[in-house]
Amino acid sequence: MAAGNKKLVEIKHLDITFNQGKRNETRAVQDVSFDIYQGETFGLVGESGSGKTTIGRAIMKLYQPSKGEIVMDDKNIADLKSKDDLRKFRQQVQMIFQDPQASLDLRMKVKDIIAEGVDANHLASSDEERSQIVTEMLETVGLMKEHANRYPHEFSGGQRQRIGIGRALAVQPRFIIADEPISALDVSIQAQVVNLMQALQRERDLTYLFIAHDLSMVKYISDRIGVLHWGKMLEIGPADEVYAHPLHDYTRSLLSAIPVPDPEIERQRRPQVYDPSRELDGQARQMIEIAPKHFVAATNDEIPFYQERARQEGLI
Amino acid sequence: MAEKVLTVDNLKINFHTDSGEVQAIGDVSFDLAKGETLAIVGESGSGKSVTTRSIMGLLAKNAQVDHGQITFKGQNILDLSEKQLQDLRGSEIAMIFQDPMTSLDPTMKIGQQIAEPLIKHQKLSKQAALEQALEMMKAVGIPNAEAHLNDYPHQFSGGMRQRIVIAIALIDHPEILIADEPTTALDVTIQAQILNLIKNIQQASASSVIFITHDLGVVAGVADRVAVMYAGQIVEIGTVDEIFYFPQHPYTWGLLNSMPTVETRTGVLESIPGTPPDLLNPPVGDAFTARNKYALAIDEQRQPPYFQLSPTHFAATWLLDDRAPEVTPPMEIQRRWQRYIKKHPEALEQRAQAKEVSTTLALTGKEDM
Repeated sequence: MAAGNKKLVEIKHLDITFNQGKRNETRAVQDVSFDIYQGETFGLVGESGSGKTTIGRAIMKLYQPSKGEIVMDDKNIADLKSKDDLRKFRQQVQMIFQDPQASLDLRMKVKDIIAEGVDANHLASSDEERSQIVTEMLETVGLMKEHANRYPHEFSGGQRQRIGIGRALAVQPRFIIADEPISALDVSIQAQVVNLMQALQRERDLTYLFIAHDLSMVKYISDRIGVLHWGKMLEIGPADEVYAHPLHDYTRSLLSAIPVPDPEIERQRRPQVYDPSRELDGQARQMIEIAPKHFVAATNDEIPFYQERARQEGLI
Repeated sequence: MAEKVLTVDNLKINFHTDSGEVQAIGDVSFDLAKGETLAIVGESGSGKSVTTRSIMGLLAKNAQVDHGQITFKGQNILDLSEKQLQDLRGSEIAMIFQDPMTSLDPTMKIGQQIAEPLIKHQKLSKQAALEQALEMMKAVGIPNAEAHLNDYPHQFSGGMRQRIVIAIALIDHPEILIADEPTTALDVTIQAQILNLIKNIQQASASSVIFITHDLGVVAGVADRVAVMYAGQIVEIGTVDEIFYFPQHPYTWGLLNSMPTVETRTGVLESIPGTPPDLLNPPVGDAFTARNKYALAIDEQRQPPYFQLSPTHFAATWLLDDRAPEVTPPMEIQRRWQRYIKKHPEALEQRAQAKEVSTTLALTGKEDM
C-alpha cells in the first residue's frame, strides 16, 4: 500500500448538478477537490446523499461534470472523445459494485462475464488465450477453473463479489473504483474480500478509490480518507489520523455513531449530534491544511478554531 | 429468573425444494424473558430469520416443522390456525423488517397505517385510533406529527419511514417485538437514533425484543443476551458480556476476530476461510469443522453437545470437553478473555468445569437454574 508521490487522478473543483435549470435541480457535488496518488487507497466516506457514488461515477465518465475537471495521467478525461481514447480509458479504470447479484448478468456463464472486458478490448488473440485469462483470473480471486462454466446463481454472495473483482481485473486496469464492495456481504466474508483486494493491490500496483459508509472498514483499508456531506468535502487526511483525531464536527458525529463490538464501550456511548447550521450559512469554504496533510473545509475566520483543535489533539 | 414470555423448544424446520430437503434449522432451543433483548447473530443462511418467522407463524409454504414447539402464553404457536395467528400478529407479537418501504403500504396515509392495528385488534373507532396514532408518531420522534398524519410513505426519508414502521409495530403494545435487521439499510447516524428509540420505548413498555442482525457492533449496544447461530443451529448463547468477553465457540471467535476494531491497524484482517455448508447435504459432526482451524478429530464424526459454563452461558463445542486438548484462541479473543477474567476471577474455573447438558433442558431453563 505504499503510496507514491505521483498523482494518478486529480479532482479539481468538481460540480455535478442534476436537472440543471429545472425545478428539481440538485447540486449533488459542490466544488469538490482531491487527488488520488498512484498506488494508494483513497477512502471516500459519507452517508446516503453525500455524493460519494456520484463522484465515483463521474470519474468513470458516467456523469458529466457541470463545472470543474477530472484529470487522469495529466489529461482532462472530458477531452477523451475518440473511440480509441475511450476504450483505453475504460480499460484502465474499472469498477466493483456493491451488489454482485445485480451487477452480474444472470444468464451469462462466469467465463463470459470475466472475459467481457477482454473481448471488448480485443485483449485475447485466440480462444485459448481467452480461457487462459479466465482461468488465471478465477485463481487470482480464489475461485477454481471448474467454476468457469457455471452461472452466477450457483455462487454465494462472497463468491459473486470475487467474480466481480475478477471481471474488473481481467483487463489489467490501473485504477479501480470500488463502490461499497463489501456492504452486502456477511461479516466473515467481508474480511476475505478486503484481504483479497489488498493482496491484489500489492501484486499489481493498483490504485483504489474505496467508496463506503462503513468507516471502520474504510479506515482499515485506506491510506487517506475524504469525508463528504451533502455534496461537499469537509475533511481529508491520513486514514488513522482522521479516525483517531477528527477535526470537523461532522466527522466527529459520524465516528461517534459507529457501533463497535464491545459492550462496555457501547454502554457509555453518547452519540454526538451534528449541527449543520454552519455548513448552510452560504459562506465559501476552502480546504485548509490544518495539520500536515490533514485538510478541513474552513473560512479564513474558522482557521484559528481548527488550529486550536488540532493542538488539543496533539496534531500540531 | 424473570418471567418468561416465550420458549422455543427443540425446533427443527426443513424446507422442501426441487433439489431436496434443506435443513434450515435443527434443534433450536431458547427462551425469552420479559423485558429483555435477545440478539440472534449469524450470517445469511444461518437460520436466524427462519427461527423468528416461525415465531410469527410466517413460514413459507414449503417449510415443514419436523419437531419442536414454540410456547407463548401457554399455547404452542405452531398449533394455531391462521385466524388465531392473525390475532397474535401485530397485537401481541410485532415485527420490524429491514426495508421500511416493503412493509409500508405506499397507497395509504401513514396516520391510517399506524392506526390500523387498533381498529383491527382493539375495535377502536377510527377517530380514537387516529388520536393514538398521532401520539405514537410523536413518541417515535416524527417532527411536526400533526402535519404529516395524511402524508404518504414516499414523502419520508428512510430513517423517518423506519420510525413509522416502529410506530405501527408498537402501537398495540406487543409483548414481543421482533426486529429483523431494522437498521441495516440506514446511515450510521440514523441507525444510532433508531436503536435509541427502540431501547427507550422498550424500557417504557417492558416489551421483550428479539433483535436479528449480523452487525456485532449493534449487538454489543442493544442486547442483554446473545445467541450465535451457524448453519441452522445455536452454537453459543450467553449474556452479552459472556459472548463478547468470554466467547467459547471457534465460530464466535472468528466473527469477533474478523471485524476491525479501534485498535486494528494495518496488516491482514483475520477472516474465516471458506463458506457456510450446504444445508441440502449438511456435514456430519460439527457444521463449522471445514472452516475451523481449531477443529478436533471428533468434530468430523459427532455433533458437539452443549457445554454449560454458567447459569446463562452455553456453547456447543468439543473444546470444552474434559478430553479436549487446550488450544490458544486468537490474540483478539485472548485480550477479551483477560478483561473478563479480571472482573470474573471464577471464569476459567467455570470453563474447566463446563458440563455437557441436554439441549432442551438447559437452554430453555427447565433444568434447575
